[in-house]
Amino acid sequence: MTDVLPVLYPLLGFMVIASVIAIEAKDLLSTVISVSAAGAGLAIVFLLLGAPDLAITEVVVEVVSMVFLIRVAVRRDDTTYDQARDMFNVAAGLVFLGLIVVASVYAFRWMKPFGAPEMTMSRPYLERAFTDTGAANAVTAVLLDFRAYDTLGEATVIFAAIVGAYAVLRHVGRKRDVALRNEPHS
Amino acid sequence: MSHSGMSLIVREVTKLVTGFIALYAAYIVLYGHLTPGGGFVGGVILACCFILTVLAFGKDFADRMITDAGAKIWDVFGAMLFLVVALVGYRAGAFFANFLPHEGNFRLFSAGMIPVCNVAIGIKVAACILGAFLALSVFRPGQVDEEKE
Repeated sequence: MTDVLPVLYPLLGFMVIASVIAIEAKDLLSTVISVSAAGAGLAIVFLLLGAPDLAITEVVVEVVSMVFLIRVAVRRDDTTYDQARDMFNVAAGLVFLGLIVVASVYAFRWMKPFGAPEMTMSRPYLERAFTDTGAANAVTAVLLDFRAYDTLGEATVIFAAIVGAYAVLRHVGRKRDVALRNEPHS
Repeated sequence: MSHSGMSLIVREVTKLVTGFIALYAAYIVLYGHLTPGGGFVGGVILACCFILTVLAFGKDFADRMITDAGAKIWDVFGAMLFLVVALVGYRAGAFFANFLPHEGNFRLFSAGMIPVCNVAIGIKVAACILGAFLALSVFRPGQVDEEKE
């Protein structure tokens, strides 16, 4: 796992730079493209670390979200975001950044070295995935057999989100229909 | 504005490409238990195919062919299929028990109920993302004034 580290650090730096550009850019289109660039870097990181499932998911979701954001957010009338930066916000952000760095220095001291995680829970899953479920892809075996209940909860969350989106966004369309239909006698 | 879709080149390329995108999505979903991928990714790719069609052919085509009512119906169908698989497993022993024969032989029909669950999740995710896209792009707030004039 250590042989990918020389490639990994520039990719992580690229992602950090893309995220900072996404925050600092004044144009919404530049922000969306920078977020997508960070997502592409993350997909390559997943691929290098041996997680092709996550890499495919990341690429596809990033493409869809970029289409969504460009279609929905950027095609408004006012696509520039120009607002003076508040000094209190900057100071608070820097203070919390320092706190996070200090805390993570203490936290990372307790962690296992990179690439050698402590697998107390997940080792039986990996060992028994093929014999117990018959699925050659261990990720799918965990998702849909060992932890299928979690996947059901995940599907429920997506369902609730889409119902909420319909409830919020459908209002405009329905009001338009009602307004057009009831125009003569209302 | 975008009611008539995009240019002729985009439409023709879309006609050529959408079938292959849907085929790739079906492959990702059906082989999710053997190769990297699965229901979620395949569903998102299938939703990409529909979104491309809607974007290329415009809102009128979307109103005729790809409706939000259809997205809702397929969404509920996918969720119900997943839940039915879980409940049949409950009948056979435990909630989400793998009731079909599931010996590992690297074939397409190998892992019992896992491909069925993948198909259910793929249908559900595709319908969800297509529905979100239609809700966000077809019912936009700026459209009310535009159509009244």
